[in-house]
Amino acid sequence: MTHLGYLIAGWGISLGAIALYAGSLMRRSKVLSARVPVERRRWISTDD
Amino acid sequence: MPLATVRTRVEAAAPDLHGTGSRATRILGAACLVGMATLLMLAFWLTNPDERVDEETNIVTGQFDAVRLLYVHFPVAIVTYTAFLVTAAGCIMVLWKNSTWWDNTAAASAEVGVLFCGLTLVTGSIWGRPIWNTWWEWGDVRLMTTTILFLIFVGYLAYRRTMTDPQIRAKRSAVVGLIGAINIPIVYKSVEWWENRTLHQQSTLAELKVEDLTLFAMIFGMTVFLMIYVWLMVHRFRIGWLEHQAETAGLAVAIAERRAQAPDDIRNAVTDTRSSLPDSGVDT
Repeated sequence: MTHLGYLIAGWGISLGAIALYAGSLMRRSKVLSARVPVERRRWISTDD
Repeated sequence: MPLATVRTRVEAAAPDLHGTGSRATRILGAACLVGMATLLMLAFWLTNPDERVDEETNIVTGQFDAVRLLYVHFPVAIVTYTAFLVTAAGCIMVLWKNSTWWDNTAAASAEVGVLFCGLTLVTGSIWGRPIWNTWWEWGDVRLMTTTILFLIFVGYLAYRRTMTDPQIRAKRSAVVGLIGAINIPIVYKSVEWWENRTLHQQSTLAELKVEDLTLFAMIFGMTVFLMIYVWLMVHRFRIGWLEHQAETAGLAVAIAERRAQAPDDIRNAVTDTRSSLPDSGVDT
């Protein structure tokens, strides 16, 4: 396969950045959830 | 049934009380992972490298395997446009309806859009090195207009952090967001309006000038990255909602505490005033 280094860099940076951002969102959501009561988080339902 | 299995099933069925997840986002997240695995197979295994043989000279030309970078570059560029258009719609609704919901939507979409716009620039640069023999071309209008778009929305996010009043923040940042959104059609049309000042080619996908499987991989990639955008957007929106709730709850607690302290404060203030006044002989 030609240009393997470029392919690894392009795909790796893209997927890595998205994964890091998703991880940071999860962390922020856990920290903030501890400060807000469950009844104010309207996406939570007992059917969930 | 083993006790551990029962416990695992009960835990899996319980709502996520410590995050922004819901059943819908978990299903969407799983679909994103499956879609991405399929896209990687398409991009690296099922599609062919770009090779064209000149019949007279037998010289092989094309992008070769570097074309596989376009299966990520093109979808992230489409998501960038989508994210900033959603931000623009949110900004219009903020100015029209003065809506917190739309302000949160605009901010969430802008943050995700900045990530994808950055990735568009990076993947384009990595693709450009083997194909155009340059990492960066300052004279290329699409590169420059995309960079300006990126910087404006970085500024939009930074500007939002400078203000604490939610009403003022929403209105002022909506104006900045709309100014940034003006750049979206300029970026898109730049290769047609200034066709002699860009290395980018004009649209080939809209006119279906690419091979069937390549076209399918492009469209499939676009779908997968749009699903990822929606997943990130929903979580980011809910974080914005939590921030708003935490701010409101914090303000309510502060006001209640202040009210509870008020009689003591007033008493102390009166005592301080009495002690600092000269003795007038009047009993207050």
